[in-house]
Amino acid sequence: MRFLSRRRRHPAAKPLALVLALFVMGALYSAMAPTTVSTADDSTQQSQLAKGKELFQVNCSSCHGLNGEGTPEAPTLIGVGAASVDFQMETGRMPMARPEAQAPIKKTLYTSEEISAIAAYVASLAPGPKIPSKEQYDTSKLSQEQIARGGELFRTNCSACHNFEGRGGALPNGRYAPSLMKTSDKHIYEAIRTGPQQMPVFAQGSLSDDDVTEIIGYLNTLHDEPNGGFDLGGFGPVGEGLWGWVLGLGSLVLVAVWLAKKGARAR
Amino acid sequence: MASRTQVVETSPALETREPAKPHALKGASGVLNWADERLGLASLGKKNLRKVFPDHWSFLLGEVALYSFIVLLLTGVFLTIWFKPSMAEVEYQGSYQILQGTQMSEAFASTLDLSFDIRGGLLVRQIHHWGAILFVASIMAHMLRVFFTGAFRKPREINWLIGVGLFALATIEGFAGYSLPDDLLSGTGLRFVDGLIRSIPLIGTWAEFFVFGGEFPGELIVPRLYMVHILLVPGILLALISAHLALVVYHKHTQYPGPGRTEKNVVGYPLFPVYMAKAGGFFFVVFGVLVLMGAFMQINPVWKYGAYNPAQVTAGSQPDWYMGWVEGAIRIIPPMEWHIGHTTWTWSVFLPGVGLMGILFTGLALWPFFEAWVTGDKREHHLLDLPHNAPTRTAFGVSMMSIYGLFWIAGGNDIIATQFALSLNGVTWFIRIALFIVPFLAFIITKRICISKQRRDRERVLHGGETGVIVRSPDGGYSEAHEALSQDELWTLTQHDEPPVLVASDGLDANGVPNGQKVSKFRASMSRWFHGYRVQPPTREEIAESQHHDEERDRDVDREVSSGAAPSSHPLERHSDGDAEVEARV
Repeated sequence: MRFLSRRRRHPAAKPLALVLALFVMGALYSAMAPTTVSTADDSTQQSQLAKGKELFQVNCSSCHGLNGEGTPEAPTLIGVGAASVDFQMETGRMPMARPEAQAPIKKTLYTSEEISAIAAYVASLAPGPKIPSKEQYDTSKLSQEQIARGGELFRTNCSACHNFEGRGGALPNGRYAPSLMKTSDKHIYEAIRTGPQQMPVFAQGSLSDDDVTEIIGYLNTLHDEPNGGFDLGGFGPVGEGLWGWVLGLGSLVLVAVWLAKKGARAR
Repeated sequence: MASRTQVVETSPALETREPAKPHALKGASGVLNWADERLGLASLGKKNLRKVFPDHWSFLLGEVALYSFIVLLLTGVFLTIWFKPSMAEVEYQGSYQILQGTQMSEAFASTLDLSFDIRGGLLVRQIHHWGAILFVASIMAHMLRVFFTGAFRKPREINWLIGVGLFALATIEGFAGYSLPDDLLSGTGLRFVDGLIRSIPLIGTWAEFFVFGGEFPGELIVPRLYMVHILLVPGILLALISAHLALVVYHKHTQYPGPGRTEKNVVGYPLFPVYMAKAGGFFFVVFGVLVLMGAFMQINPVWKYGAYNPAQVTAGSQPDWYMGWVEGAIRIIPPMEWHIGHTTWTWSVFLPGVGLMGILFTGLALWPFFEAWVTGDKREHHLLDLPHNAPTRTAFGVSMMSIYGLFWIAGGNDIIATQFALSLNGVTWFIRIALFIVPFLAFIITKRICISKQRRDRERVLHGGETGVIVRSPDGGYSEAHEALSQDELWTLTQHDEPPVLVASDGLDANGVPNGQKVSKFRASMSRWFHGYRVQPPTREEIAESQHHDEERDRDVDREVSSGAAPSSHPLERHSDGDAEVEARV
C-alpha cells in the first residue's frame, strides 16, 4: 500500500483513478444490466420490428414489394407468418440468388437475430403460422407404435413427392421435392405448416401436431436404420439396374475376357 | 525207343508272380462299370467329353445367363421355404420396429421375416434379386452378341427363336418375382400392369377381372403370380434352356473367323478337361460376384417401401430395368383416348405398353427370316460375321438399341431430372424429339464406321501395315515403308464373303417358263438397301498384284521391310490355331 499512498499526489493519479472508476462501472453495468432479449417490453419489440422492416426493405422488397404486398416476381408475404420466414431464410432458400424454377437450399448469410427480426416484421403484417416451440415437434417421447403410424402418414401424405425414404423427387418444369435426409425437425414442421414453394399446406385439421411429430420421428428412425449394404443412392430400381449392368455384368465381362485368354488364343 | 521227354526248367505257368498292383481308381471303376452297363454313359461321354468349343469372351455371356439362372434356382428354393404367398391381412409383429403393429398382407409380413428374422434371409433375398437383374441383363447382352455376329443365320434360326422365348419369359418371370413381396413398389408395378391389361380395347376390363379375380388388387394376384413365378415359368425356362443347349451341341458352336477356321470345322479346346475347368470355374465366379453384390449392395429395401396400399405411392416408382423401357414409353407418350359408345380406347397406354412389347418380340423373332429373304442366302453359316462386315445389319441393330435406350432414359426421367438438375418436362420433350432423330443418326454413323473399318481392312491387305518408317529413295522421294501382314492376319481380313445383291426378275427363263427364281421389285430394293453398298474384299488378283508391286519396290529401295511370308493367292493356306484342336462338322 505504501507504493500507492506515496504516489497519491502524482499528477497522473486523478486521471488514472477516473479511468479505473469508469472501468469498474462499465464492468458492473455489463454484469448487472438486463439483456435486450429477455426484456419483452414494447420498446424493444418496436425496435426489432423497425430493424426487421429495414432489413426487409433492403433484402426482400425488390421481389416481394416494399410492404410485402407481392409483385409479379414473387408472392405476397401478408399472412405467411413467421414460420414461413424462419424456414425460407434459415435454409438459405430466401433471398434467391437468381430467379429460377425453385429456390434451392444454400448456406444462409443471416444471423438468427436478423432472421427473427424479419420474421417478426412479416408476422406483424397479418397473422400467420408461428415459429413452433420445441414441444410441438418433440420426438423423444414417441412410442414404437406412434413411429410406425408416422410411417403410414408419411407414405400416405409425403412419399408421392419426397420418395419413400425422403430422398426427394422431380416435379414439373424444373421444380422438385427436395431431399429430407438432412432437414432439421423444426424445418420439417415449418414446411408442413407453411407449404413452401410447390408444397401444399397441411393445416392442423389435416395433420395435427402429434401427426407431424410422428412423421418426423419416423424419418429420423428410418434414417438411423442400417441399410442392407450400400444404398446405391436410394433411388429404387433405376439405380439398381444401372449398378447391376455396370458392376454385375461389367465385372463378369472382365472375368470372361481374362478367362477366354487363358490357355487358348482368343478369337 | 521212347525218346526222352524234354523237361523244361521253368514255364510262365510255373513262375510265381506278384499280382498286379490294383490301380488307384480300381474301386471307382467297378462302380462306374456297373453304372455304364445300365446307363451307357461311357459311349455318350466318349463322344461328348471331347467336344470342341471355340474360345472367346463374348461366348461366355450366355454362360453368365445360365449360371445366374442356376443361382436363382438355388436361392429361390431357400426363399420358398419361408415366403407365404397369401394376401390375407395380418398385423406385423416381427422385429423391424418401425413397421410394428401396421396392417399388411401375409406375403409382405413373411418377406419382412425373411429379411430380419431368418438367418441369412436378407442375403439370399438380395442375391436372388441381383441374380434376376443379372439374368435378364446377360440374356440381353448374349442376344446382342448373337445378333451382331450373325449367329442366328441358318441353321440356328430355331435356336434364335428359343432365345427370344427365353428373353420374353425371363422378363415375365422377373416381373412376377418382384411383384410377390406385396410392398408399396411392387403393388405400384402391379397397378401399372393392371392399367396395361385394362387398356386392351374392348376386352380390357374383362381381362383385368380374369387376371385379378375381380377388382384390383383383389386377394388372388399374389398366389397366382407365385404359381407363375415358382412353377410355370421356371419349368418352361428350364425346358427351353435344355433345348437351347442341346441345339448348341447339335449345331456345334459358331466361331469367329481366323486362320484354319472354316465353315466345316470347329477350332478350339475340348469340353474335358479345358471347358469343364473354365466353365466350372466361371460358374463359381458368377456365384461369387452375385454373393458379393447381395452382401454389399442393397437392393429392393421392401421394409422402407412399406406394405402396399393403393392409396399410397412413392416418387421414383420404377420397375426393374427390363420393364423400364415400357415404363418410359408410357411416360413420354402424349395423351390419346377415344370414347366410342360405351367403350374406351386408351391408345396412350395400349400403344406404348402392349404394342411396343409386341413389336420388340415379333421383330426379334422375324429378323433371321427377314435377313434370309433379303439376301436369298440358303447356305449354312458357322463362321461368325465380324460386325463391320455386315454394315447394314450392325447399323440397324445400333439404331434399334438407340430407341430402346431412349425409352430407358424416359423410364427414369424423374431421376435424371433431379440428379442432373434438369427440368422434367425438358427431359421428356428431348426424348420425344430424339426418338425421331437419334435412330437415323445412329444408323448412318454406325454404317459409316463399319464401312470405314472395311476400307481400313482392304487397305491393310493391299498395302500392308504401317511401320512408321519413312524411307528416302535414291531419287530423293519419301515414302512410308509398309510391312507385309502375317498370313494369319491376311486370312482373317479376307475371309468374309460377298453375297450378291438381288436383282428384280419375273422368274421366267428365255422360253417364258418359270425357273423358280422370281425376285419381286420390293425384295430387290430391300436387298439393295441391305448390302447394295459395301466395300468389296480384295480379290485374288488384287492381292497378287499388290504383292508383285511390293516386291518390285522392295528391290528398288534394296531394303527388306518384312520377313513375313507373302500371300500367294486367296483363299490362303490354312493354319491350325496354335495347339488347339479341330473338330469337323458333319
